[in-house]
Amino acid sequence: MRYAMAIDTKKCVGCSDCVVACQIENNVPVGYCRDWVTETVHGSYPNLELELRSERCNHCDNAPCVRCCPTGASYIAEGGIVLVEGDKCIGCGACIESCPYDARFSHPEGYVDKCTFCIHRVRKGQEPACVSACPTHCMYFGDLDDPASDISRVLKNRKYKVLAPEAGTKPQVYYLV
Amino acid sequence: MNEEIIISGRNIPMVDPHLNIWHWPISVYLFLGGLAAGILFFAGLYTILGRDKNLPTAVKWSTFVAPFALVLGLIALFVDLKHQWYFWRLYTTIRIESPMSWGAWVLLFITPLSFVWSASYLGELIPGWDWKLGILKRFDRWVQANRLPLAWIMAILSLILGIYTGILLSAFNARPLWNTALLGPLFLTSGLSTGAAAIMWMSGKKDERQFFTRIDLILIAIELFFIIHLFMGFLAGPEVQLEAAELFLNGPFTLPFWGLVVGLGLILPAILEMLELRGWKIPAALPALLILIGGLLFRIIIVEAGEITRYLY
Repeated sequence: MRYAMAIDTKKCVGCSDCVVACQIENNVPVGYCRDWVTETVHGSYPNLELELRSERCNHCDNAPCVRCCPTGASYIAEGGIVLVEGDKCIGCGACIESCPYDARFSHPEGYVDKCTFCIHRVRKGQEPACVSACPTHCMYFGDLDDPASDISRVLKNRKYKVLAPEAGTKPQVYYLV
Repeated sequence: MNEEIIISGRNIPMVDPHLNIWHWPISVYLFLGGLAAGILFFAGLYTILGRDKNLPTAVKWSTFVAPFALVLGLIALFVDLKHQWYFWRLYTTIRIESPMSWGAWVLLFITPLSFVWSASYLGELIPGWDWKLGILKRFDRWVQANRLPLAWIMAILSLILGIYTGILLSAFNARPLWNTALLGPLFLTSGLSTGAAAIMWMSGKKDERQFFTRIDLILIAIELFFIIHLFMGFLAGPEVQLEAAELFLNGPFTLPFWGLVVGLGLILPAILEMLELRGWKIPAALPALLILIGGLLFRIIIVEAGEITRYLY
């Protein structure tokens, strides 16, 4: 089993519903967020090209945050989901330094926090909050090892990219382009 | 043109607009850890080589600095933890892949060892010193009888401690400035140099002072060599490392780094040390202080600048 997410940059309108859905579902403290939306503009007027991306932890196959954690608080759970166990975390900040995506932050209570792919929902057979809230259905979540899953099908048929592949992290959030 | 902005609003403390999760206490710790590593390495090395008679400051007196440096450094580390009262979790596991886990375990052994080592010379430092308790007396006798094996352990642990202060940073490929294998040897050399400078400053014997002046000169030369190679590596590297080098070659850290760290912290003390060896009257405190301040600034600048460098996508 390998959970992954694919986000269609051609369908995303940048409404940030995914961000709000995550904040409410996961009780994210005010002023913090586990996912965010970026807008990239290529070219110069009038030949402009816009790309919108909903970004979050990439649940990397080669996760530098898990490698550098001195206590084992950062670990890889079922389906390759990267999680943090708050009671084991000493708040040293090494994993925050190690993440090329700046996807981790120090929770006001001291431990490190980040996107969990809503594992509590996934275990119940539901989709992550951001995916289920997306009004344009531009996000796909599922098991890459299952060839019949939505995400396997969409990655088979569409061109995609990942963020900063040169960092060697093997990220598992795919952007359809 | 290519412009990227976050449109959902993101201003996470200590992460935006650029990473700032490690603050000055980390740099202070890296400095104090390197200083203690340098002092303890020379004490161990010259005990093993049987030079404790003619190098008493290196083997005996300077080691009284190490436990204070290590304890202060540990306090600094603790201060910068965000989930402080869980720090004991470091010692419920050994994580081979994590440099910080290595460092935590090495500190657990070398800190008490530095106390034991310097305490065993209290009797020589203070005439008539008495440990009062029988168990302390027996332990003191045991330490004095086992100086040689302890010196070996201390020399090896101090080398690991010294190189770890650099590997801690170089293990993060997300921070291109730090992500070079040279950082470990560079921090080790710098730590040994600050240790040699402290010994040189504390030593009352002319021949011992000159001996450590020579050692320090060699270490400064190696450090300069590493710094040049560091930037040669960056300039031959990928875009993200070119950007990291740009901060130092034509950016906000150009003057602090080349002026204060390299100029005032390495080259000027090296000139002063060379003049001293040629018979000029130069107080040992002057080059030593410059090297110590330069060593601290070096770590502050590398930590600060490294957090600014990142992958852009």
